[in-house]
Amino acid sequence: MTTPQAATGGEPFLIGDAMTGGYGRGGPDILHACTIAVNPGEIAVIVGPNGAGKSTAMKAVFGMLTLHEGAVRLDGEDISALSPQARVGKGMAFVPQNQNIFTSMTVEENLEMGAFLRRDDISETMEQVYELFPILRDKRRQAAGELSGGQRQQVAVGRALMTQPQVLMLDEPTAGVSPIVMDELFDRIIEVARTGISILMVEQNARQALAIADTGYVMVQGRNGYSGTGKELLADPEVRRSFLGG
Amino acid sequence: MNLKNIALFAVVAVLFVATGVMQSWNVALNIFNMGLISAIMALGVNMQWGYAGLMNIGIVGFVALGGLGAVIVSVEPVGAAWAAGGLRVLLGLAAGAATIVAAIFTWRRMAGHRLRSLAMLALLIVGFVIYRRIFDPAVHAIEAVNPALTGYLGGLNLNILLSWPVGGALAAGAAWIIGKTALGLRSDYLAIATLGIGEIVISILKNEEWLSRGVKNVIGIPRPVPNEIDLQNSASFVERAASIGLDPATASTLTVKIAYSGLFIVVLLILIWATQAALNSPWGRMMRGIRDNETAAEAMGKDVTARHLQIFVLGSAVCGIAGAMMTTLDGQLTPASYQPLRFTFLIWVMVIVGGSGNNWGSVLGGFLIWWLWVQVEPIGLWLINVITLGLADDNALKAHLLASAAHMRLLTMGLVLLLVLRFSPRGLIPEK
Amino acid sequence: MDFFNAIVAFSNFVIVPATAYGAQLALGALGVTLIFGILRFSNFAHGETMAFGGMVTILVTWAFQSWGISFGPLPTALLALPFGILGTALLLLATDRAVYRFYRVQRASPAILLIVSMGVMFVMNGLVRFIIGPNEQRFADGERFIISAREFKALTGLREGLAFKTTQGITIVTAVVVVALLFWFLNRTRTGKSMRAFSDNEDLALLSGIDPERVVTVTWIIVAALATVAGVLYGLDKSYKPFVYLQLLLPIFASAVVGGLGSPLGAIGGGFIIAFSEITVTYAFKKVFNYLLPENLEFSSLVQLLSTDYKFAVSFSILVIVLLFKPTGLFQGKQT
Repeated sequence: MTTPQAATGGEPFLIGDAMTGGYGRGGPDILHACTIAVNPGEIAVIVGPNGAGKSTAMKAVFGMLTLHEGAVRLDGEDISALSPQARVGKGMAFVPQNQNIFTSMTVEENLEMGAFLRRDDISETMEQVYELFPILRDKRRQAAGELSGGQRQQVAVGRALMTQPQVLMLDEPTAGVSPIVMDELFDRIIEVARTGISILMVEQNARQALAIADTGYVMVQGRNGYSGTGKELLADPEVRRSFLGG
Repeated sequence: MNLKNIALFAVVAVLFVATGVMQSWNVALNIFNMGLISAIMALGVNMQWGYAGLMNIGIVGFVALGGLGAVIVSVEPVGAAWAAGGLRVLLGLAAGAATIVAAIFTWRRMAGHRLRSLAMLALLIVGFVIYRRIFDPAVHAIEAVNPALTGYLGGLNLNILLSWPVGGALAAGAAWIIGKTALGLRSDYLAIATLGIGEIVISILKNEEWLSRGVKNVIGIPRPVPNEIDLQNSASFVERAASIGLDPATASTLTVKIAYSGLFIVVLLILIWATQAALNSPWGRMMRGIRDNETAAEAMGKDVTARHLQIFVLGSAVCGIAGAMMTTLDGQLTPASYQPLRFTFLIWVMVIVGGSGNNWGSVLGGFLIWWLWVQVEPIGLWLINVITLGLADDNALKAHLLASAAHMRLLTMGLVLLLVLRFSPRGLIPEK
Repeated sequence: MDFFNAIVAFSNFVIVPATAYGAQLALGALGVTLIFGILRFSNFAHGETMAFGGMVTILVTWAFQSWGISFGPLPTALLALPFGILGTALLLLATDRAVYRFYRVQRASPAILLIVSMGVMFVMNGLVRFIIGPNEQRFADGERFIISAREFKALTGLREGLAFKTTQGITIVTAVVVVALLFWFLNRTRTGKSMRAFSDNEDLALLSGIDPERVVTVTWIIVAALATVAGVLYGLDKSYKPFVYLQLLLPIFASAVVGGLGSPLGAIGGGFIIAFSEITVTYAFKKVFNYLLPENLEFSSLVQLLSTDYKFAVSFSILVIVLLFKPTGLFQGKQT
């Protein structure tokens, strides 16, 4: 099992280290010594069969789980005790799978809400988001709930980018969208990564996701199953047989 | 019944006994009788909320319908009024009902048809005009018959006790109609809808003078127990009263009240037995299963809406029976006395404080809260007098406080409800 | 000439009163809908909140009147209004802290919160009656009419007069100002938008760093203002009697539900729909029709759909019909 090393040879930028825990205070452990890490400008993808704990692992990194063992560190700082809102303040952004936009508000208002914690001028960031997702500029005054599935996902990602995060976490961003839209979304995600933001992504569409991944984690029953670069995993016969369907 | 519950009932019993000793037995029995009736109303509400999670904020309407039942069954018919317009009124009502049924029928049969709304609207308008044409003159005629004393149709002159189940049936009928229309709604929408129903029933009672004399009230409703005057005039009764050291007047009032108590206790016991049996039966378990997880129950094939309708009707019927009993006790129908605060919201306090979901809890809550509601005023007055002992009798503040003692009731009830909801939300006798 | 008489009669007895009443209902419904949308429960204590706001304003008005302060042709109560709002806001914030917050933290169901609001309703009801008593209170002063029926008849020479009371005019103007302010706040300010976001998707709002306690505080303050203004306007226009506000609960909720619970625009639309329906359905059209019809076709009966005592039946029926056919309301409120 290889853990990605930072460019300087030290610890990864964001690492959820040997996380063990579950939901609530007395609930059973869902994750067992699970480690997820990502570096700036890189895309880390978490894949695995249903119920393997993919979303749970990412939620643990974001602080939505009760950890009994292990820690989460961001840029060297231990953030295990911080609430999700506090982690947003530290530079993490999270795009949930469902109900990830304000449907009754306009696209532009959604972006404004994304930048709620910022007190400075957000117009530049908004411009960047509109550059990244041109269709949103056209529909900026339209209610977000009226947009198509793929466009809504763009609003959701744009909203998360408004805080100028260092880490962007996406929970199954292509769930329920057509293949063409999925390709487009992945292209955008690669562009976002190129600006230096770390991307951590949970995905059902393992093949396509691993194809763009710098690091891949295959979760099996709450533990790390296989890890490596995206290409390595795609080429690995074990992974392909047991999981990618040959 | 475990020790704690028996103790709770004992405490309430002590409260009543204390009232008898410190104020008078007549007062205590008065409170007790209304407590019995309140306990029955609480049972009805508990069925709806505790078994099925249905929030009925229109209880006052069902109680009023019970009272109307008492009038319709037991009062003497006013022959002249019937001759003047009785049949025509019934015909008018039939026409109105037929219009509504026809409208519903049209709506269903013409599903998908473009002109459906228009057809239904036209039907309703035509039906409405016909209904008014038949109905209005009949009402005028009836209300013109000796308006000072009657001016209404009267009743069927049957035994008053028969009116109790009839009152329940009236309430059940209304509940069925309302339930059919409103029961699919989310709980607080249902609450708002039932609030409206209560208001409408009261409006009807206050305005349809041909039916209930409206705000002129129906007095002199026959009683199931002997008259005090008759007792006082009976030599044997006076003798027996003297032998226990009571004067005829007091003895007669006490006897009458105890007679009512006896009747009411029988009804309460029957209802407790019935509701307990239902609760512990497979039907009761199913109802609570539906309440706790409606989606799962539906997935298992239970017809949730039909079950909810059942409970809604039964609970409302119980409230109707209590309403008929209350009007019997009062001897008169006073539409203006049906205040939502007193009948709907106070009953809710009884159910919550007593323990929602538990029949014994509701009974306890009925007695306790009713006792509190009545006694807060004298206790409050006493308290204010004690607090303002130093102030002169004509002191403005003291006068204002004394005059406002009546409103202490509302404050106290609200505080009791809030405290129970916060610190003991399952009530005094929780659901098992 | 008779055509004009018909219009004037209709305006005098239906249009003008219904517009004023609609504005009052709209303000009340706005408070209810905001609480439903943001705090997610049906607040049965809202009528008593209006009574409380009216009460504080009345007490301050009496104080002002006794000190000789007046507002010229306008009622002194308008000067006392800010104090009423302040008092009500303090009461609501205290109530939230002492009562509602506990259940909010627990994420209690809306049904429980409704019952809790019943308890609050009892307490507020008792409090208001305790302080000001249950009787009718008069506190209106200033000019009574903008134009009285007599002046109108003299001006136009018609048989029918159109009276436009000062209070009706104030109601409409105040309502317009308040609504405009509210919409500006909700749509153009950061706090207002955060409240809409919170109402739309609570979890996402929290994730965006929106402070829930701040949203709750601002909501209660706005509701206090709306309730006080509605209560005072209604009291000025009709009269102030504490028990009336409990009865107003039904038309106010009907307005909010018809418009769509959670939608401010819906609350306003609903308020006017309910007000106009109530008054139109219970109005005796005999006079108006007889002005319009030739002599031999005139009506002898009142031509009244329902007697005025059934006003509440009207709001209720509209409510039920809307709930049956379009439960989210005519203007699309919240789904849950």
